[in-house]
Amino acid sequence: MLNYIKLVVLGLIALFSMMAINYARDEAYMVHAIIVLLLSVGMFLWILRKTDEPDIPIDYSGEYMDGVIRYGVIATAFWGVVGFLVGVYIAFQLAFPALNFEWAQGYANFGRLRPLHTSAVIFAFGGNALLATSFYVVQRTSAARLWGGNLAWFVFWGYQLFIVLAATGYLLGGTQSKEYAEPEWYVDLWLTIVWVAYLAVYLGTIIKRKEPHIYVANWFYLAFIVTVAMLHVVNNLTVPVSIWGSKSVILWSGVQDAMVQWWYGHNAVGFFLTAGFLGMMYYFIPKQAGRPVYSYKLSIIHFWALIFLYIWAGPHHLHYTALPDWASTLGMVFSVILWMPSWGGMINGLMTLSGAWDKLRTDPVIRMMVISLGFYGMSTFEGPMMSIRAVNSLSHYTDWTIGHVHSGALGWNGMITFGALYYLVPVLWKRERLYSLSLVSWHFWLATIGIILYAASLWVAGITQGLMWREVDANGFLVNSFADSVSAVIPMYVVRAIGGVFFLVGAAIMCYNLWMTVRRAPAKEASLTVAVPAE
Amino acid sequence: MEEYTLLRQFADSWMLLLLFLVFVGIIFWAFRPGSSKTHEDTANIPFRHVDAPISDQTEAQEDKAATSEEART
Repeated sequence: MLNYIKLVVLGLIALFSMMAINYARDEAYMVHAIIVLLLSVGMFLWILRKTDEPDIPIDYSGEYMDGVIRYGVIATAFWGVVGFLVGVYIAFQLAFPALNFEWAQGYANFGRLRPLHTSAVIFAFGGNALLATSFYVVQRTSAARLWGGNLAWFVFWGYQLFIVLAATGYLLGGTQSKEYAEPEWYVDLWLTIVWVAYLAVYLGTIIKRKEPHIYVANWFYLAFIVTVAMLHVVNNLTVPVSIWGSKSVILWSGVQDAMVQWWYGHNAVGFFLTAGFLGMMYYFIPKQAGRPVYSYKLSIIHFWALIFLYIWAGPHHLHYTALPDWASTLGMVFSVILWMPSWGGMINGLMTLSGAWDKLRTDPVIRMMVISLGFYGMSTFEGPMMSIRAVNSLSHYTDWTIGHVHSGALGWNGMITFGALYYLVPVLWKRERLYSLSLVSWHFWLATIGIILYAASLWVAGITQGLMWREVDANGFLVNSFADSVSAVIPMYVVRAIGGVFFLVGAAIMCYNLWMTVRRAPAKEASLTVAVPAE
Repeated sequence: MEEYTLLRQFADSWMLLLLFLVFVGIIFWAFRPGSSKTHEDTANIPFRHVDAPISDQTEAQEDKAATSEEART
């Protein structure tokens, strides 16, 4: 019966998207309608073939739902390489503008590719990493199979569709021009549906857990899911101009719009890239180190302090704008206070290794996790410092900001994700170990050197720009034209792009290593922890 | 009174106080007597049930094992 309902719904979606192709008012909308049409027809046929087949129910309650996590791991590695590749390309476009080819104008120039890069690394790479690890962690720490059956698959594939719609939309100009929230209204609506399903799967699993307590990692993941839902809905309250077009108009105007945007933007960093990844940290570092987290009490305080403070930090993106002074001061003060819980969490993660520091010499995976905490500590010191108004007057609108974001994103999010992937692949594919630890070391050093090149060159570039832009002569006239500051930083742009190449090569080595782990590494004996008869 | 002024005054007085007290309460709650044992148990959750969930069958088996152990002692 359910299959018939699905067929009717898919048929209606296919019909609607055919009409949408016909009436489409812009290119992005039309291409999206074609994608949706192909998908719905394909799924229609797939479900039709399964309909009225004898259905044999299989009892899966005795095992974890790991299939969707394996897909999530593959998607993370794939989108990671795609996102890094686009990043390297646009870094070279900045250093060598000739790479904005004339024939690709309007599709593959810097302005179109940059949001593709940011969304690919944050939402496709980071998002899939969070999906996969959260599904893994919530099952293991609840001792329960994922709730909702195939709903987890809907979340996974629905999220991939969101990524494809967002990415193609950017290239074709379907964007509402909000930082990290570029997708247009119908893509936003789709993500909302997927996200509610994600929340249901996650909460459902926690509710039916067999462990009496909710492990701290789950608190962080849950905060990430709930807060991102709230941020996404409020920041995307738009009215479509037409149901047949991608253009929409936002409800907020002027400085309110800017404030809502950066309330969203900074908390995307705070809850997507920090809280979610801290959930990863609180599970995978204890697992890899083989010892429980240093202080569970500290982790509770870390969680609540982070949640209470982060949500107020957004206004530091709007210093010296039309935003009232009290609001920007508030943002600045909370950003500075935020330094404390951030470092509390970092210390908690690092001290988990106390008594096991020798593992740093022998285990490159834990080295990766530890350096991710190092970069977390560094960027959560740099961030509060840059949020201070006087520092911000120098750093704002310069490449220092981009350097800061990348030391956080590549160093913290990237490295902890790589560590989690190196942990997960042997476990999920039931291998005894990784294919090659020396390749992990190669990845570690390439990525670390890449990030250092990247961050250092953009510190120099950013401070150069900041100083050149504010330099005035005795009569109060600006000394430098904008073009002067551009030509001054080109060498730094080249170094930054090379740093990106290092990071990309490291990620490619990781993909090879993980691939070979699945193909070649010795299979694991059936786990001995299950039921060994005593007599 | 203007809506903005009203909300603003509420936010930086009563709401601020409430949130601050909730936060202080959480810290005291984390350090409540007897919490260390619970926390130690909770912190070790990642090292249990790595391969399979607790299904109703395994739960029954564990109960049985526990009772037979009690019987022996």
